Amino acid sequence: MDRELRLLLLSGLALAAFTMPAQAQQAAGAEAATPQVVEPRVKRRDVNPPGLDTENFEAGLFVGTVSIEDFGASVSYGGRIAYHFTEDVFAEATIGTAKAGRTSYEDLSGSAQLLTDSERQFTHYDLAIGWNALPGEVFLGGKRAMPSAVYFTLGAGSTRFAGDDHFTVALGAGLRVLANDWIAVHLDARNLAFESDLLGEDKLTHNLQFTFGLTAFF
Amino acid sequence: MIRSLLTAVLLLGTLHTVAATAASGAGPVVVQDPYLELRSGPGRGFPVFHVVDRGASVDLLRRRTDWIKVRGSDGTEGWVHRSQLERTLTPGGEPVTLPGPSPDARTEHRWEVGLATGGLEGASVVGVQAAWAATPTLHVRADAAHLLGDYSNGWLGTVGVAHVFAPHWRVSPFVGIGGGVLYVEPKATLVQPDDRTDSTAYAGLGLRGYLTNRFLLQAEYRQFVVFTSRDDNEEIDEWTVSFVYFF
Repeated sequence: MDRELRLLLLSGLALAAFTMPAQAQQAAGAEAATPQVVEPRVKRRDVNPPGLDTENFEAGLFVGTVSIEDFGASVSYGGRIAYHFTEDVFAEATIGTAKAGRTSYEDLSGSAQLLTDSERQFTHYDLAIGWNALPGEVFLGGKRAMPSAVYFTLGAGSTRFAGDDHFTVALGAGLRVLANDWIAVHLDARNLAFESDLLGEDKLTHNLQFTFGLTAFF
Repeated sequence: MIRSLLTAVLLLGTLHTVAATAASGAGPVVVQDPYLELRSGPGRGFPVFHVVDRGASVDLLRRRTDWIKVRGSDGTEGWVHRSQLERTLTPGGEPVTLPGPSPDARTEHRWEVGLATGGLEGASVVGVQAAWAATPTLHVRADAAHLLGDYSNGWLGTVGVAHVFAPHWRVSPFVGIGGGVLYVEPKATLVQPDDRTDSTAYAGLGLRGYLTNRFLLQAEYRQFVVFTSRDDNEEIDEWTVSFVYFF
């Protein structure tokens, strides 16, 4: 008798346990059918749609000429990497090198050497902020228009020359033309200014660099 | 030299081909604005040359800063500003989200990177800095600087914490403490030509002001105590101005 009662009680409990969620679901269904007055506030996730390639980095190489004050003009080459924060502003790191020639004094005197061979290596780097001041288009013939920008850069860095590192201010202007979506052609002019006491007294030297560069956006 | 240049160019090319194949587009979206303005380049200075109407679908191809290159159903390709695509829908009817700056970014950003310049005891400073915002007011930051002086050159690397008093103000003061390593290389003509590496600690204060929802300008003064191997410690001052991007 006891056992039968217990069985009955247990089966009753089990039945209740099974049917309760079903009732709850029915109730929920009835609620959902009524129109929602308050929209749920779901925070939007900040993600790019998958597969959308973000290309804000730009890296490439350049070659040109640098006029090293008192040492003539030399071939200059190097690399640059930039990150575009907005359509207007970018940051750029540049590194370049050149081999300085001889001063006129060295040429005229014949044998005098102011610098050793390794001291003639002119290596500079700078970190700059750039501003795309004049966006526009470059037209080639009647059918091709390529996006372009004239930009200005202001940077600080260092130049190793004549066995010493010099604090360098790099002021530049350039033209960037996009050949296609990801290749850009640069024409760049920079003034690398630093103080040097190489020829006896301190003076601010201006070293003008003109380069042609190719970069890729990625 | 020429060979290494060629290798670098080839490497760049390969890298990009990989990126390009991966980026065949993000699938179509349906225009919800009255129309989309397609520009010839990624910037507001480029002319609008085509318009896509509401209800049409466009493919998203690539993104550069705030501009997205799209292709219309007739094959026309152009650049559209993020703000117009924010209101497009996927074919499934979900809104498309494209991250961008908002006034909230001033207090809610996680990372800061910056370029700095200034002076340290007569030497010029060229530096980079990065900070992680643990909370809007508490930042963990790291700085590396190249020091270029008349009598010596060197490097300075520090790690520290900074407290920003009111990140929601346009201009806010901050203070910081930290430690690091100072490497000094005197120029050859001096009496003590030996290189020195010393540990150092600093306390600093400064001001930072937002330029936009992405950039801020920071001016800072730091006083360093250099723990030299000599009998007494050395105290040096540094001031810097930095241009910071936050995201």
